[in-house]
Amino acid sequence: MRVIIIGCGRVGARTAAELDQQGDHVTVIDTDQRAFNRLPATFAGVTVRGNGTAEDIQRGAGAEMADLVMALTEGDNRNALATQMAKHTFGVPRVIAKINDPLRAEAFRSLGIETICRTVILSQALITAAHDGAEATNGMVEPPTAEPLRGAPPLGSRAHEQATEAVAEEGA
Amino acid sequence: MYVVVIGGGNVGYHLTKELLAAGHEVVMIEKDPARARAIADELGSIVIPNDGCEGRYQGEAGMGRADVMAAVTGDDEDNLVACQVAKMRFNVPRAIARVNDPKNEKLFRQLAIDDTVSPTKTILGVIEHDIPIHDLLHLAELEGGELQIVEAQLDADAPVVGKELRDLAMPEGSTIAVLLRDGRALLARPETRLLAGDKLLAVTSARGEAELRGLLIGE
Repeated sequence: MRVIIIGCGRVGARTAAELDQQGDHVTVIDTDQRAFNRLPATFAGVTVRGNGTAEDIQRGAGAEMADLVMALTEGDNRNALATQMAKHTFGVPRVIAKINDPLRAEAFRSLGIETICRTVILSQALITAAHDGAEATNGMVEPPTAEPLRGAPPLGSRAHEQATEAVAEEGA
Repeated sequence: MYVVVIGGGNVGYHLTKELLAAGHEVVMIEKDPARARAIADELGSIVIPNDGCEGRYQGEAGMGRADVMAAVTGDDEDNLVACQVAKMRFNVPRAIARVNDPKNEKLFRQLAIDDTVSPTKTILGVIEHDIPIHDLLHLAELEGGELQIVEAQLDADAPVVGKELRDLAMPEGSTIAVLLRDGRALLARPETRLLAGDKLLAVTSARGEAELRGLLIGE
């Protein structure tokens, strides 16, 4: 599958790296060259520096042949423009926009755009974790990997000695 | 008329002021609270200090009964979304977007924005007017861009100089409407003979444009 990802932030970079690993042809667009440092050294896809909402940049990134365009920048409206351009100007069959405002996300679905809304996803995961525990969230809320430290330092440890000294000094 | 203006930059501010002066009812939505306050201090309490892309604030501005909305912020994406929300949720009869990247105009029209205004293209047009160019000058779009009004300036070596209009093999869907000669407008008649220095105003389809250019101006 040929995928274009607009926005190489944490989400964009991680998604690009995973898809690349799975064998998809990935092109990442970002206005900031340094953003591409988030990609792993093994990334075999293409990076394009430029504004992903500009027609020329999308064309240059191969939008005419893309199977999927994902707009994952921090701007809801930018993502909405980028995906609608991909869909209507270049005829990309599937487009996904990251929209952080749930109300706007709903509006854009009615325009034929798939949307992902972190506000909705995070709050759903948190509600599940609250009611049924972290394990029930299918990895969205991670349980701790060890018991937290608690109680007094054990007898004979350096920390115990220091604490004893401190108490003695205070009493003197 | 009831007009909702989105964006209180220089364009939005002067637009609102002019509309008010012309006796229209106007509400402006401006995101930056300080800017919104400054405009409200001058023009009265017609400014909603919030994000004009949000349906909630468009509702507060009375978008449901607006005759026209104009999204004139400096960002194309914000103008697009503001217009789409106004169209989808409030069914506003006329949505106008300011477009900074002229390449976005076509997409915006395709996405049901009624009118687009591109300052970039306007200034480009003015510059083109001042520089002699061997091309058709685009003056206006009709029928959502299907038809163009273009201007052709005839130099002495233009292939059609000395010919009568009825002898021109016009491309299908194109027609010459008016001639400008010595600062006067003449109706284009079949027997009109073309002279060097004439300016022709023609209406042409996008498809016939290249052929028309070849016919009037040459290669």
